[in-house]
Amino acid sequence: MGENYRYLGKSVPRRDATEVVTGTAEYLDDLKFQNLLCGKVLRSPHAHAVIRRIDKRKAEALEGVMAVVTWEDIPDWRGGTPRNVRVLDKKVRYVGDAVALVAAATAEIAEEALRLIAVDYEVLPAVFDIDSALREDAPLLYEELKSNILPGGTPIYGPKCLQGVVYGDVEKGFAEADVVTEGTFGYENIPNAAPPESVGAVAVWEPPNRATVWGTSQAPYLDKVTLFHVFNRQIEIRSIGNHVGGGFGTKIMCWQVQAYAIVLARATGRPVKVMFSKEEHLAAFTLRVSSRIHAKVGMTNQGDITAIQGTWYVDTGYYSFTTQAQVAVGSGELQIMTQCPNWDLKNTIVVTNRNASGATRGFGGLELKCSFIPLLCLAMEKAKLDPFDVLKRNFVKPGGGYYWRDGEWYTYHGVDFSKAMDKGAELFGWKDHWKGWLTPTLVNGSKRRGIGVGVHGNADVGEDTAEAYVQLGYNGTATIFLCVAEHGTGQTSNYPKMAAEVLQIPPDRITMSPADTLVTPFEFGAVGSRGTYAISSAVINAAEDAKRQLLQLAAPKLGADPKDLDTADGVVFLKGRPEKGIKWRAMGLDRTILGYGRFEPDFTMCNCIMCFVEVEVDIETGKVSLIRAVNATDVGQVIDPVGLAAQLNACWGSAGIDSGIFEESILDRRTGHILNANLIDYKWRTFAELPVTEHVALETPFPSHRFHAVGVGEITTAPGTAAVLMAVSNAIGAWLYQYPATPDRVLKALSKGAAS
Amino acid sequence: MAVKKTISLMVNGKSYALDVGGKPGQVDPSQTLVRTLRETLGLTGTKVSCASGVCGVCTVIMNSKAVPACGILTIECDGSEITTIEGLRDPKTGALDPLQQAFVDYTAFQCGFCTPGILMTSKALLNENPHPTEEEVKEALSGNFCRCVSHYQVLKAVMSVAGRGR
Repeated sequence: MGENYRYLGKSVPRRDATEVVTGTAEYLDDLKFQNLLCGKVLRSPHAHAVIRRIDKRKAEALEGVMAVVTWEDIPDWRGGTPRNVRVLDKKVRYVGDAVALVAAATAEIAEEALRLIAVDYEVLPAVFDIDSALREDAPLLYEELKSNILPGGTPIYGPKCLQGVVYGDVEKGFAEADVVTEGTFGYENIPNAAPPESVGAVAVWEPPNRATVWGTSQAPYLDKVTLFHVFNRQIEIRSIGNHVGGGFGTKIMCWQVQAYAIVLARATGRPVKVMFSKEEHLAAFTLRVSSRIHAKVGMTNQGDITAIQGTWYVDTGYYSFTTQAQVAVGSGELQIMTQCPNWDLKNTIVVTNRNASGATRGFGGLELKCSFIPLLCLAMEKAKLDPFDVLKRNFVKPGGGYYWRDGEWYTYHGVDFSKAMDKGAELFGWKDHWKGWLTPTLVNGSKRRGIGVGVHGNADVGEDTAEAYVQLGYNGTATIFLCVAEHGTGQTSNYPKMAAEVLQIPPDRITMSPADTLVTPFEFGAVGSRGTYAISSAVINAAEDAKRQLLQLAAPKLGADPKDLDTADGVVFLKGRPEKGIKWRAMGLDRTILGYGRFEPDFTMCNCIMCFVEVEVDIETGKVSLIRAVNATDVGQVIDPVGLAAQLNACWGSAGIDSGIFEESILDRRTGHILNANLIDYKWRTFAELPVTEHVALETPFPSHRFHAVGVGEITTAPGTAAVLMAVSNAIGAWLYQYPATPDRVLKALSKGAAS
Repeated sequence: MAVKKTISLMVNGKSYALDVGGKPGQVDPSQTLVRTLRETLGLTGTKVSCASGVCGVCTVIMNSKAVPACGILTIECDGSEITTIEGLRDPKTGALDPLQQAFVDYTAFQCGFCTPGILMTSKALLNENPHPTEEEVKEALSGNFCRCVSHYQVLKAVMSVAGRGR
């Protein structure tokens, strides 16, 4: 158990609970603006085409239409990594690419105007998969790139950004191996995390060069920075975050919809809202990256992985915003999972004529492991090893290390997760259930049960910088100035708890500022499980700084040295003599005490979840049912028990475990259309099919964090997805390699297995 | 069928007479109930997600039944009695409905976007069947999608109310 704190680790209602349950929590679409116009996007019906001509005269003449904007009307504004994607271009690169923007008095008029825009396209040949994109005669998405391969690395991770894992001596490693397996495996179903709230933005333009944007983003400050660069560093952006209706990592990529709203606000001089429909959300917003590896792995009979060699192919769709970052983080995460001394794992990032892939919780690591673990399974089968033992043995331990995203080597300073893994295995009953590879745990008529296990850890718990201010109020209150939009994790309730612990005042005496870049300092965004370690450390440091200033001011009044003073409940007192104290207001009502806190990135620690799954497969119908999932983690110190359980329950949601069973975006690889861009055809698990989920969350204190905690929310979807395929294969007694394990694939694997 | 010139709705105990037509403030014959609630009546507690009657996010109670407000035309609702999330509180005291309080106590939400719809479906169920089994609650909520996975906490919250006074 963790330490006994006054506020941390206690179950208390979320600060926004009443707003949420009464419908008064305001999401973007609920905000009210005077003279608001509706913005809509005309989208390409072709996967790849050059726009020969656009005639917008009829649309402009329609009553109620305030602006129609095409690529000819705006400067060369670009985003992406590299910065090669124009806000509006004369070329379209996927079915759904933006062709023109319309602002009108109502949604109906805007939609009518879209129909009145005449576009003459010259249709080009297109590429829809990795192989055809890499062919020498492949049509090029970007002429300036000379091939469909994107340059590696991302500027935000620095000049040495990790672009592969190459160290040790793989030849030596394979020579030392008892078993070597090789093959090509992929996770190419491009599922969509699909938060319930779509993406959108409202922009207000202030001549000559200022824009204020309200968004659905989970990283409002980052938007300010991104958009500043998109608009060639000529437009000053104020970014305001709201309640976010789910993000799951995808909503750090809102720059396009924000740019559309800003372009239309600039064109009309009025506030404009652009809100993507669900179809646009599913077909023209972030998918998971498509991942495939061709690789070779060597392992000893004891389960030590001796060498990994190969290429990781990543299909990012028509452009990348974060894909190089995901490749860097994913490559780091594979090292955390696999403490192998010899590596030669390179990668190739490919662009294709479909909707873009990008950030989604699991951020590269999930997609890479879903490709890598089937290969590792073959090695473990050959060596007759239990996957739990192998995964536990190879996971990073204190003193181990990895090259992380910035290309630097980090020696791991966190806790040993073996204990959590053992506890998880015990709760799941792994040792009793495991019967060997391709062997069901239970057979009952046509039903076969099987089990699988996966593991994931991420050193991004301490990624990127965070800044916060904490202002003390004279009446024993405080305000946190922090640019975090609540997107469901409950962190905006947790930061006041942590500041409260430092200042020893009740959390309900602490107010959170809005997420508004005009009033808060820099904050990278609530992503990558960094909320608990990185962001809260900035808040804690700001609270400590404010407290230090307070004690310094009180010292002369109490005739004492500041180091002999402490504070609680709005009173400063001599340590050990609480009766000799003065209230905060004795510092004067005409004074502001403002603490500043900053967090610098620290990649020496990671989080970890091991996920055990049990599935049942009906070998007559091929249907796979998830029966049970057990997550085992060690979080150092629980901050919010209910929030932690909820994040762990999420293992099967938001394109997680269920992307191993039934979730996929179905891309027509002849036309480039996504065929299931609606919630009837994009299947979600319902209340009627809930699996049992259970968790082990140990509290072994982590170094570094003031309260010894690390976050895990981002990774909860990551370990179980590959585990499901392992479990299905074991249940049916035949290897299944494709995601998701749909009935047709299960039946096909069964017939192949029977034939061999 | 002749289109009526006005329609009347009783929303959260308040009666509204709305003109039918294409002008601002009027109810267009093609307008869905959720747009009337949000845009004409300003009741933005009801959220929109799929806009095709699938995900349950926009659920309201109409004439005692939980319905997706994006899948019904407002002109079809003439004479109907509708309760939205804003109408769940006690109108006199402002106290939360016991079901809302249970969602607060169990933190039966994460991002909260689907929560109003889940509350309305649960409320309609409890009105009809005050003591449902957990299986009945799951069945009733099977048309309400939740992507954050708060299902387990929702079930605890609903069952805590369903068990009362049994």
